[in-house]
Amino acid sequence: MKYAYYPGCSAESTARDQYMSVNEVAKALNIELIEIKGWTCCGSTPAHQTNKNMSIALPAANLLMAKKTGLDMVVFCAACYNRMKVANHEIQNNPAIRKEIADTLGEDYDGSVKVLHFVEVLVKEIGIKKLKSAFTHTLDGLKVASYYGCLLVRPKGVTQFDDPENPTLMDKLITIMGGEMIDWPHKVECCGGGFALTRTDIVVDLSNSILGMAEASGAQCMAVACPMCQINLDMRQSDIHKAKGKDYNLPVVYITQLLGLCLGIEPKKLGMDKCVVSPKPIIELVKMA
Amino acid sequence: MAIVISKEKQAGNLLTDVQKLSGVDISSCLQCKKCSNGCAVSGMTTTHPSDIIRMLQLNVGDKIFDSDLVWMCASCETCYERCPMKINMAEVLDALRVISVQKNASKQKGNVPLFNRSFLRTVKMFGRTYDIGMIAAYKLGSASLLQDTDKFPMMLAKGKIALTPSFHADKKYTNRIFGRKPDNTQSKNS
Repeated sequence: MKYAYYPGCSAESTARDQYMSVNEVAKALNIELIEIKGWTCCGSTPAHQTNKNMSIALPAANLLMAKKTGLDMVVFCAACYNRMKVANHEIQNNPAIRKEIADTLGEDYDGSVKVLHFVEVLVKEIGIKKLKSAFTHTLDGLKVASYYGCLLVRPKGVTQFDDPENPTLMDKLITIMGGEMIDWPHKVECCGGGFALTRTDIVVDLSNSILGMAEASGAQCMAVACPMCQINLDMRQSDIHKAKGKDYNLPVVYITQLLGLCLGIEPKKLGMDKCVVSPKPIIELVKMA
Repeated sequence: MAIVISKEKQAGNLLTDVQKLSGVDISSCLQCKKCSNGCAVSGMTTTHPSDIIRMLQLNVGDKIFDSDLVWMCASCETCYERCPMKINMAEVLDALRVISVQKNASKQKGNVPLFNRSFLRTVKMFGRTYDIGMIAAYKLGSASLLQDTDKFPMMLAKGKIALTPSFHADKKYTNRIFGRKPDNTQSKNS
């Protein structure tokens, strides 16, 4: 299996652990991720809040690069994923926008590159059954709250990821890893995302409610598939402690880190030493299947 | 919430501008308030998504930019997902933000427009974001120098922040995108 891989800017900074774990898991499962040479920023929230042309042209530039490889595009960051999907959607459905973007980029792009999240590759392309046979280790009943956030699932008509109110792709992965998936109501609530620097107060409030619900639902850890969710829910636990007096100490890890552990990969290679809240209790629980 | 309509004549027509920029037909809103009930930040804002639509319907003009939701909306898109009339509220708020910056009408806490400029400037320079450059520009401009300083040593030690920008981006397209004169008036329906 071969894909054009778009890591996104966070892979080079705040989400290096995500980048490491995606690469390790892909390698172990013989998924060939070929990084798009010279990829550029998708524009994220600042672009769509500033200028519509820019917000479509930035992801379209990368889709154009991917198209030249002839491969489907794989993304992990939920924000990049969402922007790629929006660009495809707008370009496919609006000839005026397609023309405008062609003028901006100097090349026409038809909106045809298939964009997949890495979790979709695992569940929809490889399949649960085949995946299960690759695991050497088990989560041994670890109670995991899978958290999807906003940008993977919304808007459904554009991302086509999963059910927008109760997605289950990650839950399926947790179950085959021998973990216990938590049925909880905050799977698609917002963590405050792009307000990480500007309105920390909003992030603290929203993340507090998500962590609180995860804890109340009996979760021993949270699994995420978005770099912004990870850093907000993990790093802001100390701020939540200061602002609200709550002490969750709940590890927030990438789903790919859990998968890596079950594939027998060393925690350090998965970047697990980069988590702020120590994931040591999870690592100690994982055992040979 | 109470909506105040000023009798003063407003310059331009905000409703038309927002509809043009967002491609959304504001009149299709039924005021069912499903958007407001599901809004992630509704516990923190005094204005809710359905109020924004109502204000546009009543054409209250630039007063709308005083609404805290304009810059406190987290773009989570729950409103759009649940709207029975498929109103793309996220696009409506993006349109309001674009116009608010053009009119210099935003006076909000946190200074999101400054953050957006700092972020996009690094993309313009390097083709990718450069966290330290972006954070420095934002902090200097917003006088929030001390905020989060406790986290930097930890993030540096964990390699969660890159010291140098990435030089691997092929800027062929980004140069065109940023070299182009920003055009915020294009329409979805044009």
